[in-house]
Amino acid sequence: MATKAKTRAKAAQASEAPLFYETGDHAAHPASPTLLGFWIYLMSDALLFASIFATFGVLGTSYAGGPTAREIFDLPLVALNTAILLVSSITYGFAMLAMERGAIRTVQAWLALTALLGMSFVGVELYEFGHLIAEGATPQRSGFLSAFFTLVGTHGAHVSFGIIWIGVMLVQVQKRGLIAENRRRLLCLSMFWHFLDVVWIGVFTYVYLLGMMR
Amino acid sequence: MSGETRDMDAPLAIEGHGSKKSYLVGFALSAVLTAIPFWLVMGNVLSNQGLTSALVILFAVLQILVHTFCFLHVNTETEGGWTMLAYIFTAVILLITIAGSLWIMYHLNSNMMPGMIAPQMSGAP
Repeated sequence: MATKAKTRAKAAQASEAPLFYETGDHAAHPASPTLLGFWIYLMSDALLFASIFATFGVLGTSYAGGPTAREIFDLPLVALNTAILLVSSITYGFAMLAMERGAIRTVQAWLALTALLGMSFVGVELYEFGHLIAEGATPQRSGFLSAFFTLVGTHGAHVSFGIIWIGVMLVQVQKRGLIAENRRRLLCLSMFWHFLDVVWIGVFTYVYLLGMMR
Repeated sequence: MSGETRDMDAPLAIEGHGSKKSYLVGFALSAVLTAIPFWLVMGNVLSNQGLTSALVILFAVLQILVHTFCFLHVNTETEGGWTMLAYIFTAVILLITIAGSLWIMYHLNSNMMPGMIAPQMSGAP
């Protein structure tokens, strides 16, 4: 009996000693590793974009006798696309705020609006690409155009996959509601969508605005 | 840090989404920071092109920071600071990749012999 009490006292003492590692139940918050992992994926994606930006920076003036940036870029169209993407960022933000309140219908409405804005963005970009290709400014025309189509196209492909993801989440939320898994997925998608807007800041600045002044 | 303060009953009521205010402030700042560089370039406001370029780049950097804090909610608290650390690390690598490539390729170009560059520059198809 006495020894048992002694060990218990010892254990109590030990638990007051400073801990140098976490002893909590990690399974209790499953969201954490996913969100951090997804964040690290986004950072690696940023490095992918960095190499494409660097390529564009190096090849940006290799016109090979073809059209120059100043001749083919339509800045009002780019301004429109920038505005669309910026508004879609805040509509996704509102979806997140509605998710916090647990308002399923509001979440769905904001998500649908975000998807529509995303589709308009991709639509305007495809219109621009089609216009360029019709004019003969195709990716194989010069180093500048190859780098341009690669950079802007990669960003557009990301946005397209984001739209598909929003569509999948609309179905998921409709079927299962705002369960923990869906909230985690929506948080990851939120980071993805805002990240794409950050990349677009780089694109419109580096490719379009600075390209017009070269 | 965050491990102790987490509410165990609500594992997913977490970091990652800000307040309505942070979104609205971020949106207003982004709109202004987008409009100014477009206005500078489209309206040919400044005669000095170097100054315009520098300002456009400055506004882009500011807007990226606004997005990072207001929309992506990167701060020292989230995930015990690991998102912030990963972000800074990525920013450093990104800068080295882009600035380094531009620097090296610029020097390679200017070190080319004029005779080697000329046919490329005229670039008759």
